[in-house]
Amino acid sequence: MTDLVQLLVAGLATGAIYALVAVGFTLLWQTSQTINFAQGEFVMVPAFFVLAAMKFGGASFPVALLLGLIASLLVLGVLFKKLLVDPMIRHGVLPLVISTIALALFLKEGVKEFYAADAQPFPALWATTNITVVGAVIALQNLVIIGVAIAAIAALQWFLAATRTGRSMQATAQNPLLARILGIRVERMILYTFLINAGLVALASVLISPIYLAKFSNGETLGLVAFIAAIVGGFNQVRGAIAGGLLLGVLDNLVAAYVSTQYRGAIPLFLLIAVILFRPQGLLGRAEERSV
Amino acid sequence: MKFHIGTAAVSVLASAVWLGAASAQAQQTVNMPDVVELSGPGAVSGTNWRDGVTLAVDELNAKGGILGRKIVTTHSDTQSNPGISRAQVQKALDGDPYVILGPIFSGSVKVNMVLAQQAEVPQFTGAEAADITQAGNPYIFRTSFGQQASMPKIANYIRDGVKAKSVALVWVNNDFGKGGRDNFAREMAARGIKVTVDISTESGQVDFAADVVKVKSANADAVFVYTNEEESARFLREARKQGIRVPLIGETTLLNQKVIELAGDAANGVRGHVGLSADVPVAAIQAFKDKFIKRFNYSPDHNAIKGYTAVHAIRYVTEKIGKFDRKLLAKTLHGLTITPQMEPGILIETTWDDKGDIDRISFLAEVVDGKQRITQTLPKLGK
Repeated sequence: MTDLVQLLVAGLATGAIYALVAVGFTLLWQTSQTINFAQGEFVMVPAFFVLAAMKFGGASFPVALLLGLIASLLVLGVLFKKLLVDPMIRHGVLPLVISTIALALFLKEGVKEFYAADAQPFPALWATTNITVVGAVIALQNLVIIGVAIAAIAALQWFLAATRTGRSMQATAQNPLLARILGIRVERMILYTFLINAGLVALASVLISPIYLAKFSNGETLGLVAFIAAIVGGFNQVRGAIAGGLLLGVLDNLVAAYVSTQYRGAIPLFLLIAVILFRPQGLLGRAEERSV
Repeated sequence: MKFHIGTAAVSVLASAVWLGAASAQAQQTVNMPDVVELSGPGAVSGTNWRDGVTLAVDELNAKGGILGRKIVTTHSDTQSNPGISRAQVQKALDGDPYVILGPIFSGSVKVNMVLAQQAEVPQFTGAEAADITQAGNPYIFRTSFGQQASMPKIANYIRDGVKAKSVALVWVNNDFGKGGRDNFAREMAARGIKVTVDISTESGQVDFAADVVKVKSANADAVFVYTNEEESARFLREARKQGIRVPLIGETTLLNQKVIELAGDAANGVRGHVGLSADVPVAAIQAFKDKFIKRFNYSPDHNAIKGYTAVHAIRYVTEKIGKFDRKLLAKTLHGLTITPQMEPGILIETTWDDKGDIDRISFLAEVVDGKQRITQTLPKLGK
């Protein structure tokens, strides 16, 4: 029983990070029809912004975190939109998708070439202590990750639902043409979405890098799992991305502990196939219809 | 178009001069390519090895090279992939090398050593899987203990030092890990120590939460961890996070400087056997460590020592035989003992047997306050 509790908590912590990344995926798709296959690398890069600020700029860790966040918003938000998405989306979704795949390779090889090919230690924001709950030893780190992810997503949901800007972003996602007619600055709303995604991936990076270590190849697995989480949960619903991320995190741990370590990587793929076959809109997604 | 005889003649003459110069240049150098893991899961090992090789090559070239010829070394990245390593070794063989250095990952060596053997080119590897030297290849030479030599030493420590009656075994699912796991399990059985859980993990794995839970559930007296460097660090962090209290024991890799750096405080208390380390109380190794830090600005691990000593061993044997003869190099090295008095770059007295395995003193160590501390020196296995 104590093992199960520990596995569930660890799984929820990992799943919370997947959820943060999957929410970013979903938001970008909803507002700008962007499928970003570099999302995993977007999680990897902010950690290296922070490390570079410390190593080359001599900044302290808190200052480096701030600098890393600013760099992430600029590069992964503004520059990504202006230099890649805007020019490519005119040609359709597929060219944009291929461009993001190229961007993923560019970011990965760039970090490997200009920073390091081996893993780098990344400072943690919390102490490595444990607490005991019903006999199970729970790492404080996991609780912090779950708490921070919940807070971030709750703040995002509040922003989208309770603020004028957030509602404008929702309107843009639902019907950009109508939103424009109603006087909403659609381009600005889309830019905000990219900035929110950049913030979410930067947060995910800071949470996951102390555990996974910062390495140029971290994005490969994270990106794939987050994409699957978004599809499984429902690509057109933020709550679907959250559910998908948490489900995959927990399932991964339970399968590794009770079934097989070797096949843990196959479980998300089996789940993806099952969802596509039997519930293509995702577990919490909304079925969409198109006139032909 | 007019055919200018004069232009043609000048072209032919220039080509002849260029070819002659290139040939003369080649005769003034000796080609020793290095094929090693510079990215992927093996990047930590390979980078250290590469820098150890670079240091040795530069030292020897400053003194005139080997038998008056400068050493030319190119470093090719296997990307920790056996298929790519095979292609890189083939490319290296196309350049008519004297020897081949690397790789380190056992899976890669098993795939590419056949090519070097067919070409009759001696290959100096950092790999440790037991069966690498069991295949009858007269051209393969280790630079560190094989698992068949290191596992009995660690098994004796677990029985006599830790006094464990049961052990949980965690290993990486590649050729290195499988060979280690098989040899370790055999040594445990021979000493009546029960392996309560046998957990395989994946190369490049990042999440060890489930594996640590399984280890905790096994209630063993000790945990033996046999994975590569980055995975070892991640495992240690997770073990610390989940509050594992029993001794965590490893074989060289787990106590590696890079693992200690990556794992931070989580590495404290780890114990085990180290075949080679930059922290051993041997003056020559300490001098090497200082030189390495001065040159590369980071602390070397055992892979750097392997690469460094390999180049110096090649130099010693070549100068002993007095010519660049690949077959004679291999034949001479089998059964040879090189001491630091004979070749300072060998750092510790090393013997190669007829299969290419090495024998030298080794150490027991513990990680204390972020540093590897040697607790005991173990003698050579042979006489």
